[in-house]
Amino acid sequence: MDRRTFLTAGSIKKKSLSKSNNTGARTNSGIAPYSGSWGKNEVVHLLKRTMFGAAPADIDYFLSKTMDQSVEELLTITSPLPSPPLKDYDTSGTQAPDNNIDTGTTWVNDHNTDDVIGERRKSSFKKWWIGVMLNQPRNIREKMTLFWHNHFATEMASTQQARYAYKHHTLLRNNCLGSFKALARAISIDPLMLVYQNGELNQKGAPDENFARELQELFTLGKENNPNYTEDDVKAAARVLTGWQNNEETNTSYFTPERHDTGNKTFSSFYNNTTIAGVSGDTGGDAELDALINMIFSKGAEASKYIVKELYRWFVYYEVDEAAEQNVILPLAQMLQDRDWDIKPVVMTLLKSEHFFDVANQGCLIKSPIDFVIGVCREMQVKFPDNSEYTTTYGLWNSLLFNCYVLQQDPGDPPSVSGWPAYYQMPSFHELWINNNTYPLRTQLTDSLIHYGYTINGFQLKIDVIEFAKSLSNPGDAKSLLEESLSILYRIDLSETIKEQLKREILLTGQTNDYYWTNAWNTYIANPSDMMAYQTVSSRLNELYRYLLALPEFQLS
Amino acid sequence: MKRRDFLRNTIPATILPAFVNGHTVTALSSSPWLSALTNFAADTDHVLVIIQMNGGNDGLNMVIPLDNYANYHNARTNIAIPENKILKLNGNSKTGFHPAMTGVQELFNNGKMAVVQSAGYPQPNLSHFRATDIWMSGSDSNEVVNTGWVGRYLNYEFPNFPSGYPNANMPDPLAIQIGSVSSLTFHGPAMGMAMSITNPTSFYNIVDDVQDPAPATRAGKELTFVREIARQTELFAGSIKKAAGNAAQQLPYPNNNQLADQLKIVARLIKGGLKTRVYMVSYTGFDTHSMQTEQNDPTIGKHANLLRELSDAVKAFQDDLAFLGIEDRVISFTFSEFGRRIKSNFSVGTDHGAAAPMLIFGSKVQSGILGSNPSIPSNVDVNINIPHQYDYRSVYASILEKWFCADSTALQTVLLKNFQSLPIIQDGLCNGIDDLNKKSSNNLISAYPNPFTTQTNVKYITQGGHTLVQVIDCMGRVVKYLVDKEQIGNTYTISFDSHGFAAGVYYLRLQNGPLQQVIPVLKTK
Repeated sequence: MDRRTFLTAGSIKKKSLSKSNNTGARTNSGIAPYSGSWGKNEVVHLLKRTMFGAAPADIDYFLSKTMDQSVEELLTITSPLPSPPLKDYDTSGTQAPDNNIDTGTTWVNDHNTDDVIGERRKSSFKKWWIGVMLNQPRNIREKMTLFWHNHFATEMASTQQARYAYKHHTLLRNNCLGSFKALARAISIDPLMLVYQNGELNQKGAPDENFARELQELFTLGKENNPNYTEDDVKAAARVLTGWQNNEETNTSYFTPERHDTGNKTFSSFYNNTTIAGVSGDTGGDAELDALINMIFSKGAEASKYIVKELYRWFVYYEVDEAAEQNVILPLAQMLQDRDWDIKPVVMTLLKSEHFFDVANQGCLIKSPIDFVIGVCREMQVKFPDNSEYTTTYGLWNSLLFNCYVLQQDPGDPPSVSGWPAYYQMPSFHELWINNNTYPLRTQLTDSLIHYGYTINGFQLKIDVIEFAKSLSNPGDAKSLLEESLSILYRIDLSETIKEQLKREILLTGQTNDYYWTNAWNTYIANPSDMMAYQTVSSRLNELYRYLLALPEFQLS
Repeated sequence: MKRRDFLRNTIPATILPAFVNGHTVTALSSSPWLSALTNFAADTDHVLVIIQMNGGNDGLNMVIPLDNYANYHNARTNIAIPENKILKLNGNSKTGFHPAMTGVQELFNNGKMAVVQSAGYPQPNLSHFRATDIWMSGSDSNEVVNTGWVGRYLNYEFPNFPSGYPNANMPDPLAIQIGSVSSLTFHGPAMGMAMSITNPTSFYNIVDDVQDPAPATRAGKELTFVREIARQTELFAGSIKKAAGNAAQQLPYPNNNQLADQLKIVARLIKGGLKTRVYMVSYTGFDTHSMQTEQNDPTIGKHANLLRELSDAVKAFQDDLAFLGIEDRVISFTFSEFGRRIKSNFSVGTDHGAAAPMLIFGSKVQSGILGSNPSIPSNVDVNINIPHQYDYRSVYASILEKWFCADSTALQTVLLKNFQSLPIIQDGLCNGIDDLNKKSSNNLISAYPNPFTTQTNVKYITQGGHTLVQVIDCMGRVVKYLVDKEQIGNTYTISFDSHGFAAGVYYLRLQNGPLQQVIPVLKTK
C-alpha cells in the first residue's frame, strides 16, 4: 500500500476503550550512567528489551557480568551473519523450476523468474527469519534489525524477487548499529526499496515522488514541525533520485544516466535554499544522492531527534513526556550528531542510563507479537530439531510465523511504509497490539504450546514444563519454583496473596503443606520413567504455566 | 440448521423428516413428549454441583455406624463420637450423622439426600495428589489418564468447543469452577472445558472485580489496559456477569462459611439463567492427622467445624434452591480424595485411608442410604482400611445416565469402561431428552462407525496446508499418525485400522494450521 492510500484508507482507530485514569509515574532520570543495583531484575529488564525474551541461560550469563559489561557485550556484535535461507519447497506447478539448486541448499544466489518460486522463496525467507530470531546470538542484532525493518519499512509483497528481500534485510542486519546516515543512503538505492517505493520507475520527465517524500517524512526528518519540508522539496528530491533501476539477474540496483534529470534542483528555505547541481554521466546518481543525503542530514536537530525518539519508543516506552524529551531525547540527539550519526554510542548510552533502568520504565512495554511468540519459546526453552532436519524445522518455524501473522505482525510485510501502527499511532501506540481478537489468540498459542503443541513430521513443538522446572534452582520447593519462574517470565510481581493461591490451588492441589509438592517432585526425579509420577507433576506444572502465560502480566516486558 | 431451531420452525408442518428414538416426531406431535423436546430448557436444565472436600475426609466420623458402634468406638476411642450425640435418621436405625450435621440430617429426613456408603476403588492410593487425580480423572488406581471425567463428558456433548462458542444453544460456559483455577476434573482431551480458554480472569474477578491492584507506574497503566481487554475478551464474562446481576432475592446463607459463599454464587448463577451444566466448588482442611477433635470432647473441634460448614452450607443452598424455584433442576454431591484410617492415631487424628461415603443432595435424588455400614473388626490394626463397596465411577456413571441422560456409548466413552448403575437418582427424568449439541457447529473430524471393533472411517476437513491427524490414548500419548503432510483444502476420508490396539477410548486429533479438534472414539472387543 502506498502512503496516500494508507492515509485516505484511514489509519487504525483506537477501539472505544476509555483510557485508564492511571497516567503512570513520571521520572526525571536522564542519561547519566545507572549505578544502582545489578541483579536478576535488572538483567531480565535489559534482556527482554534488547533480545526476544529473557532466556534463562542468558540471564545467568549476564548475572556474572557488570551492567557496563553486559550492555557493551550486547552491543558488540561479533557473531557472523546467520547462514542464508534454504530451499524448503518443491517446484510443482512452476513454469521455471529452480531445479539447478538442490533442496536443502540456499536459493539466495540463484536468479529465478517464476512467480510461484518467488512466493515459495519469500515464504522460506520469513520462516528462516523466525528461526534466526529464535536462535539469536547473545546480542542486540535481531532486535535492532526488526527496529530498522519497522523504521525503513518495506513490504515483500511488492516483489516476486525474494532475493531483494534477503539482500535488503542483510543490509539492515549488517548496519544495525552503524551510521544512520549511511544506512539511509544505502536504503535509498536498495533494490527492494526501489521496487516498493517506485524508485525504479522514477525517471527524467516523469518523476515518481513516492520515495522522495518518505525519505524525508518517514525515514529521516519526521513531520513534527509539520512538515519539515515543502511539496516542492519532495519534487526536487524526486528529481535528484531519478535514474535508478534494478537488475533482477545480478540482484543489484544500477544507475542509468539517460534516465536521470540533470537539471539543478533547488530546495526551500527549510534547507537554506540549497541547490543540488545536476550532474551528468555515470557518477551523477551517486553524486547527487550524496548531496541530497548531506542536505537532509544537515538538518541535524530534526533528523537526530526523530530517530532517537523512535529508539526510545522501541527500547523504553511509547510516551515521551517533557522530562524525557529534555533529559533523554535531546542529549542523545546531540550525541548522535556529534558522533557523526553513529547509532551504537546512542543506544549504548540509552541502555546504560539511569532512565532505562528507572523502575518507572520497567515492565511497561507491551510485547509485540514477534516479541511475544519468539520470547515465549526462548524463555520456556522450547526445543527444535537439529537444523539438518530442515523440512521439519522450517515447518515448525512456519507455525510460529503464522502466529505472528494472526497476531498482526507479519515480519517482512508491515501494513504500510509507516511500519506498524503500534510504533506511531497516537495515542495508543503499543496498546494497539492487544485487543479482543489478539489477546485470546495469544492465550490460545501458549495454551496449545503447553498441551499438544504443534506437530509436523512427527516432531512436537511444545513447551516442556518439566524440563523448564528442572532448569530452575530448586524446583522441589513450591515457593521457590513459583518465585523463580515469575522472576524470568514477569516484570510485575504478583501479590503474596495471588502467589499463595497459585501455589496452593495448582501445585498443592488445595493442600496447605508444601511438602506434598516436594514429595511429588522428588518421586518423579527418582523415577523419571514412571508415568504416574510424571503425570502427577506435569499436570500441575502444565496448569501453572498455562495460567502464568495467560495472565495480563505476561503481556508486558 | 440446528436441530432445535429446525423443530421449532417447522412444528406446524405435518411431516418432519426426523426420527427421535425410532418414533417420527409427527406421530408424537400432540404428546407432552414433543413439547418437552421443543421446550428450550429440555435438554440443558439439569445442573450438577460437585463439592470437593480437600484433604481426605474422615467418612467414619461423618456417617457413623450405629449397628457396629462398639467396634467403631474401640477403634478410635480418642475421637469417637459418643453414641448419644450421633444424629438419628428417619427410617434408618443403623446409621447416624455427626452431631454438627443437623442441616444435612434435616435434608435426609425430608427425602432430599442419599448416602453412598464406602465409595472408592480397588487398590486405593493414599497420596493426596495421586488420589485427587484419580477421583478427578476417573481412572483406575494404576492407570494414568490426563483428562477429567467431566471434561470428557463435555467434550463428548460439545465436541467442537470452543470453536463456535458461545452460541444460541450454549451461550454460557459449559462448566464453572468457583474461586479456583480449573482443575483436572474439567480438562477435556483437547483443552480445559470450564469457563473458557482464556481462563485466568478468575471468577471472583468477574463477579466482584477483585484482583491485585496495578502499581502506580507506567507498567501499572499498561497492566490495567491489558486487564481491561482481558475482561472484555473473556468469552463468557458477559453472560456470567449478567446472570450474577439478575440478583434474585436469595435466602440467607451462614456467615464465615467459605463453602456457603461459593454455593450462594452457584445458586445465584443458576437462577440468573446460566445454562452451565456443571459447577465445582471446593474447600479444604480435611487432612486431619492431628487434633481432629478437641481432646476432651470429640464432638467439637476441627473436623466438627468443617462438617458443620458443609452441613449448614448445603442446607442453606438446598433451601435457597427451593425458594428460588429451581430445586428440581439441581443435584450436588461431595467427594474427597480418600477417607481416613479406621483406627485413630495418638495425635487425636486419623491418617490417610481409603473408601468413604459420598453424599448426594437434591429433590430428585433417590433418598436413602445405599449400602451397608463398613465392617469394623473388634481389634483394628492401624493398617486396616475401609474397602470400597461402590466404585466412585458408578456414582459418576449413574449421574451421567440418570441426570444428564447419556446413552451407553457415551457412558463407556466418558468413563472409559462400564460401571454399575446405582439407584441414586429418581427414574423418569430423561424422557424426551435428545442430544442436540453434538450435531451443532462445525465437525471438522468425525468417525464412522463409532464404536468400532477394528476399523473405522475417519472423515476430516482441512483448509489446506500441513494437516495432521493423530490417534492419542487416554494417557495423552500419540499412538498412531494417520496423516502428517501437506494437503489441498478438501474433505478426506481415511481408515483407522486399530489392529493390535487394546479395546478402549482413543482420541482423534486434527491439527490444521491454527485449528485443532479432538473427538473420542470407542474401540470395543
